[in-house]
Amino acid sequence: MNKKIRIVIAKPGLDGHDRGAKYIARALKDAGYEVIYTGIRQTPESIVATAIQEDVDFVGLSLLSGAHNELFPRVVDLLNSQNAGDIVVFGGGVIPEEDLAFLKERGIEAIFRPGAPISEVISFIESKTGSTAA
Amino acid sequence: MPDNKELNKKSLWEETTLGKVTSRFPLRDNLVTGSDVETDNIYIPIENFSYDKKLGFPGEYPYTRGVQPTMYRGRFWTMRQYAGFGTAEESNSRYKYLLAQGQTGLSIAFDLPTQIGYDSDDPISAGEVGKVGVAIDSLKDMETLFDGIPLDKVSTSMTINAPAAVLLAMYIIVAEKQGVSKDQIRGTIQNDILKEYIARGTYIFPPAPSMRLINNIFEYCSAEVPKWNTISISGYHIREAGSTAVQEIAFTIADGIEYVKNAIGVGLDVDNFAGRLSFFFNAHNDLLEEIAKYRAARRIWAKVMKEKFSAKKEKSMMMRFHTQTAGSTLTAQQPDNNIVRVAIQTLAAVMGGTQSLHTNSKDEALALPTEDSVRVALRTQQIVAHESGVANIVDPLAGSYYIEQLTDKIEAETWNYINKIEEMGGMVKAIEKGYVQKEIQDSAYRYQKAVEKGDRVVVGVNKFTIEEPAPGGLLRVNPELQKVQEENLTIVRSERDNARVRECLSALSEGASKEDINLMPLIIDSVREYATLGEISNVLREKFGEYRESIVL
Repeated sequence: MNKKIRIVIAKPGLDGHDRGAKYIARALKDAGYEVIYTGIRQTPESIVATAIQEDVDFVGLSLLSGAHNELFPRVVDLLNSQNAGDIVVFGGGVIPEEDLAFLKERGIEAIFRPGAPISEVISFIESKTGSTAA
Repeated sequence: MPDNKELNKKSLWEETTLGKVTSRFPLRDNLVTGSDVETDNIYIPIENFSYDKKLGFPGEYPYTRGVQPTMYRGRFWTMRQYAGFGTAEESNSRYKYLLAQGQTGLSIAFDLPTQIGYDSDDPISAGEVGKVGVAIDSLKDMETLFDGIPLDKVSTSMTINAPAAVLLAMYIIVAEKQGVSKDQIRGTIQNDILKEYIARGTYIFPPAPSMRLINNIFEYCSAEVPKWNTISISGYHIREAGSTAVQEIAFTIADGIEYVKNAIGVGLDVDNFAGRLSFFFNAHNDLLEEIAKYRAARRIWAKVMKEKFSAKKEKSMMMRFHTQTAGSTLTAQQPDNNIVRVAIQTLAAVMGGTQSLHTNSKDEALALPTEDSVRVALRTQQIVAHESGVANIVDPLAGSYYIEQLTDKIEAETWNYINKIEEMGGMVKAIEKGYVQKEIQDSAYRYQKAVEKGDRVVVGVNKFTIEEPAPGGLLRVNPELQKVQEENLTIVRSERDNARVRECLSALSEGASKEDINLMPLIIDSVREYATLGEISNVLREKFGEYRESIVL
């Protein structure tokens, strides 16, 4: 792949816990990806608009408030309805194991839970693109 | 500094006795504190150590050893578990349970829409209603929340910032309806907007009108609600965002300086409000560093108030603080281990002289805590209080060569930050420049990198890992809750006197455009008529505008 892989890291909902999102954004940047970080309090609509406008390959959603079952699938649905279903959506945060199957079924392709190393996120991205960042 | 004779002896010891051993058995790597501070081979007496200047006695300036002369020899700290979820009714029964278990104060967690001034039926609240705390839309919910809880008997801490005035107004009226006058109620509102911009994120308005609301609360309470702590200046969330121990107290004290400067700037007398300022810190895993941190913080604040703001009353110089154990140290892996972490953090807070404490539950990296895990967390405090013996001694680690040197070092580095922020023009300026956020993020990034490299061990996460089944029995918030709140709102809006509500809200709107009007009475009038939190916040949004974060990466 010639084009650099582009990723938007986004904080849907009203939750202000942005330590994880900022870490992931910075670590992916350091790993050679193009990263856009949205800041907190984004609606699914604004995240999707950013993703399409920035022509990204991945959307990473971070949420610690427990609203993931409502907000993550809305991002996937909106991407699909705007012909951007090829953008891969993944997520992270305080997400109970029992929600993983539901989220997967609704199109969130990977969930990284507390303690997951950045190398796992990178392997996931590489597995989806078949290439490395550099 | 250690004196020369001792220092020479120390060098000699390092070359001979120590050197002999380390040449064959080298020291472990990464001998640093939880905040990445290098540690020395050994700590020895400090040269010309002035007991009076540095420590003094508990209850006396500079309060290094504690703010009360008796500390826990008189009574224990207040055991105050932060709780709230779902509806006011569900939270009410959790509070009654906690009080029955021997908890001595309430601490209310609000959901995010409440914290950001939105009603439950606002589209922006979708998915968030009742999730991280209780949903409060109007006085009606607040009446349910405290039903059967006598407000003249308990003290209540409310984690509410941007709309703090509104929630305080609701509390005042609920008390009034119980027959408890406002000069009797005791408690705290967090009301610390600066750390919301820095780290926590539940801001609404820009800094200037936010500071005005805070001044209005200071002024109103000093006259009308004298036992209320009008602000809890919080380092907790700064630390959770990844700061070091020094940054935690430095940015918190710098926030405190900004609040005091502002209040004095609008003509308030420092000794009229400073005694009601309280603080809120984190308790992390590095036991000794944390204890030194609390001691340094008390000493610095006393100096700030006395020397910088010329406070006269002793109460104005005393840093009283609440502590919560560090949520960010809890692991989703092997969650039982978290009980041990919380026990260590509890010891840190207690040996550091906290006035009240929340202990986290073992399952909080996974979900909201269950009743069982909350009980274990509370029992942890009770074991430290009644069985460990540490509460029998005031400031038990004073005089430790290491603790005193670390306390001095933390103090010196904290002053560097405070002075730097002063040079930038104060905390609001430093936040607007993104300076504070960037400092914290850099620390957070360094820490996480060290964990990823294995330089820093997190038991059960990057070492001593096991395969484990998914934990069961987690608390889930009823997803139908939003509907319940929406229905309640419809009832409230149909039963209240809507003409009166409109009058009160337009009076509030008018008051908001005039700088010299105290908004507290106008907010109380609106709340009394069951104007909702969202309606009141929207009136103020229209006048004050909204804050947008400056993204720093």
